[in-house]
Amino acid sequence: MRQTDNPSYIDLPLLTVVLMLCALSLIVLYSATGESFDQLIRRSIHVGFALVVMLVFTRIPPSMLSRWSPNVYAVGLGLLFIVLTIGSIGKGAQRWIDLGIFQFQPAEMMKIAVPMMVAWTVARVTLPPNPIFIILSIFIVLIPTTLVILQPDLGTGLLIALAGIVVIFLAGIGWKLVVTVLLSLAVIVPAMWVFVLHDYQRSRVLTLFDPWADPLGVGYHIIQSIIAIGSGGVQGKGWLSGTQSQLEFIPEQRTDFIFAVYAEEFGLIGVIVLLMLYLFLVFRGLSIAFHARDTYSRLLAGGLSTTFFFYVFVNIGMVSGILPVVGIPLPLMSYGGTSMVTLMIGFGILMSIARDSRSRGWRR
Amino acid sequence: MISIRNHPLERKIVQGRIIFIVGLISILVILLVLRLGYLQIYQHQKFITLAQNNRINFSPLPPVRGIIYDRNGEILAQNIRVFNLEILPNKVQDLDNLLSELGQLIELTDVHLKQFRILLKQRPSFERQTLKANLNQQETAILAVNQHRYPGAELQARLQRHYPKGELTAHIVGYVGRISPADLENIDNQVYRGMEYIGKTGIEASYESTLLGKSGIEQVETNAHGRIVRRLQQTTPNTGMAIHLSLDIKLQQKSIEALAGFEGAVVAIEPQSGEILAFASVPGYDSNLFVNGISEADYASLRTSERKPLVNRAIYGRYAPGSTIKGFISLVGMENGIGHSKTVFCPGWYSLPGGKHRYRCWKKSGHGLLDGYNAIVQSCDVYFYTLARQLGIDRMYEGMTRFGFGKSTGIDMLGEPSGLMPSREWKRRVRNQTWYPGETIITGIGQGYMLVTPLQLANVTAVLANRGKKVTPRFLSAIEHPQTQVKQDIAPKITGIVKLRDDRFYEAVINSMRDVVHGARGTARGINRGIQYEMAGKTGTVQVKSIAQNLQYEKKNVEKKFRDHSLFIGFAPLNDPKIAIAVVVEHAGSGSGTAAPIARKLIDYYLLDRLKLFDRQAPDSKSLADQG
Repeated sequence: MRQTDNPSYIDLPLLTVVLMLCALSLIVLYSATGESFDQLIRRSIHVGFALVVMLVFTRIPPSMLSRWSPNVYAVGLGLLFIVLTIGSIGKGAQRWIDLGIFQFQPAEMMKIAVPMMVAWTVARVTLPPNPIFIILSIFIVLIPTTLVILQPDLGTGLLIALAGIVVIFLAGIGWKLVVTVLLSLAVIVPAMWVFVLHDYQRSRVLTLFDPWADPLGVGYHIIQSIIAIGSGGVQGKGWLSGTQSQLEFIPEQRTDFIFAVYAEEFGLIGVIVLLMLYLFLVFRGLSIAFHARDTYSRLLAGGLSTTFFFYVFVNIGMVSGILPVVGIPLPLMSYGGTSMVTLMIGFGILMSIARDSRSRGWRR
Repeated sequence: MISIRNHPLERKIVQGRIIFIVGLISILVILLVLRLGYLQIYQHQKFITLAQNNRINFSPLPPVRGIIYDRNGEILAQNIRVFNLEILPNKVQDLDNLLSELGQLIELTDVHLKQFRILLKQRPSFERQTLKANLNQQETAILAVNQHRYPGAELQARLQRHYPKGELTAHIVGYVGRISPADLENIDNQVYRGMEYIGKTGIEASYESTLLGKSGIEQVETNAHGRIVRRLQQTTPNTGMAIHLSLDIKLQQKSIEALAGFEGAVVAIEPQSGEILAFASVPGYDSNLFVNGISEADYASLRTSERKPLVNRAIYGRYAPGSTIKGFISLVGMENGIGHSKTVFCPGWYSLPGGKHRYRCWKKSGHGLLDGYNAIVQSCDVYFYTLARQLGIDRMYEGMTRFGFGKSTGIDMLGEPSGLMPSREWKRRVRNQTWYPGETIITGIGQGYMLVTPLQLANVTAVLANRGKKVTPRFLSAIEHPQTQVKQDIAPKITGIVKLRDDRFYEAVINSMRDVVHGARGTARGINRGIQYEMAGKTGTVQVKSIAQNLQYEKKNVEKKFRDHSLFIGFAPLNDPKIAIAVVVEHAGSGSGTAAPIARKLIDYYLLDRLKLFDRQAPDSKSLADQG
């Protein structure tokens, strides 16, 4: 096995844009918290810590990740069970394990572990995978998804499922099967509506269709968010000058709804710039997947990049009122330590795959 | 597991799927851009407006209510600064928990909680509701330190209506109370923006629009939690007009003291101006109890009390006037050609020709032969039975109504009832019965259907004192602008003159009524001791229960609720009247025994101590002289 040509190689375009987004997140957070230096500093520490973790992962070769996949997945599942047990004892939602310094969410870990495990599984044999491997992969996806939804955290559960499904899709399952799955979803979704969803989740979904029907109740948050975005106009109201955000009309404006703060203060121009940055990251990631050396790397890089895009899409879609409010943060922008680390691990893995393929002669 | 791997194929498969995903992502991004463009360009104006509406609020600034003074500038109603504990319901997460925690800091009674719950149901949740008003210093201090721990609970400095004379003025000034749902139907919400109180009774209700003032408005920037971030502009509220009442609070106090222990009323009017000097209804209550909503227990005890303290007897109490009206009947007689010179023999009773029923005179043994003058002085019933019979009910009705009997006086207090001067037409309309001759007879001595209120009785007395000039009685004497302090006096409202065929008729009757007090045989001669001015008066003793033909009325044998009412009307000084008074004391026996001494005492106090018209002699000198 040949060793890496340049051990200090790092994917600079990817790193640059990630850093740009982190810087932008600090600027927006400062406004969203009513100019709190305190939170700015804490956020900076999160970002710094996450960047270090990312750098560590750039050093881990994909082959090693592939070997670790089953172990990581197994540990993740175990932690999910523990969290669920604590939760049922402690009466109420429990999503994290308190490690003293920070809180560790096993569900976050599964966002990486599931695509790793699926990629590892389908890469055991030649593509396209045969039905046995497909069914096996589906179980690999469904078990953690169910556990997370039971926490209950519908949004994260669906994103974990998505991460796994994208990998299965990338592995080349037949189009017939894809269509069949989509059709059966059309049956399962209404069934879930009746039997699985909690009342608060149903009302969230219902609000999507007409938030104005209950403007002071379930529709209030989404309406305030849409007002913020719409009133921003093309140029925006200017940094620290958004009335909806400064007067705290936007709900959860540091976390899930930070996009509304950004769109109000920076306008459509700012929104398009932000979307371009995200799109650059996604396409860069897909490009790394495209050029990756082996199947496992291709699937994992493709899965992580696509999932990253869906985070962005679902969050902006929900904040702007075309998707239900499912509590998904905007990647790299929303306040929150664990999700930041997960994302950075993802980028670290992408960079590692990029380095791996580059060392084998790929030049972009 | 053994498998033959086809690496180029695997790469092709995955790369194909990646290309597909790139296409999918591009479509989804375009979708997002379209959505955001729609919101930020196409609907921009709409959302700008909505964001403004979110941000800018109009907050009303309640005005200060006008102050009420008596005729000498004593404050009867004012606004004092109090601290209230108020709850903003839509900022409270767990109301029950909040209430129980606040209950551990300060005392919250069941009454506070119950009233608060009622308010909560009635008012929108974004309005502050008072949980406990008028906190004491200690409670204020405790809450000031702790309120930050209880979002939605606020310590507010407020102006609260206060009645320094409390019970003395409850029936006149009335009270304000919280605006009720029933009030809301009758008021203009725009006018009452930001206001909590409305005049409920008395002057507070009658002069509501004068006292109210005008609320201002403040444009503020508020955040999502309703907290005011910035004040943008404001129009200041206007304080309500100050009202000067004609009432003399000292005379009022004397009146109430004089009635202590009884149930009854005193109304004193300045005849020339119609100004009310005293307006007492006993028992009373403390009007301050009602300002923030009276507790159920307090209200129940007031409402169910046999003494009926909530009833304003001076204006709502309707009594048979009894013999107090004899002077007026006499005037009606003269106007119809039956003068004082006419004599009647009183054997102690009267019967209609051919009738068996004996209408008794109060004097069992009879007054013998007497003329009109003596009939008034001695209050002979038989004389007036005869006069009534001669006049007939139609002429009596016509004559008495001219003085104001059977009509409301038009005083500036809401809901004054009319009295009742019966007539054939009235009886047919209301009772669907014909008029009986016997009813004419007893109307002649103010019994039967006839009803007056103490106010009306004082009013007709004032008409007599004015020798026919009718002046509408009123409480309002002046209105004062709170800032400029320009006082606008209210002119007397003269509604007409009861012009008789001969002006001397008035003097004849007034002379008779003078001798009711000053004459040796006057029924009220008992009150003339030491009097330094001339006054006219008339006693009245009103039967509450008819006594069987063969029985004698014995005060001590009669249960209190069937005892006679004691009445007196009078004015003084005789030729330049400064005060006309009506005294009604329920179940207190004869007019001369209870009501007349009260009237004398009050007239004395007003003329001597308040107006200082005559020197008050050493109280004993006259009686010593008498003995000597």
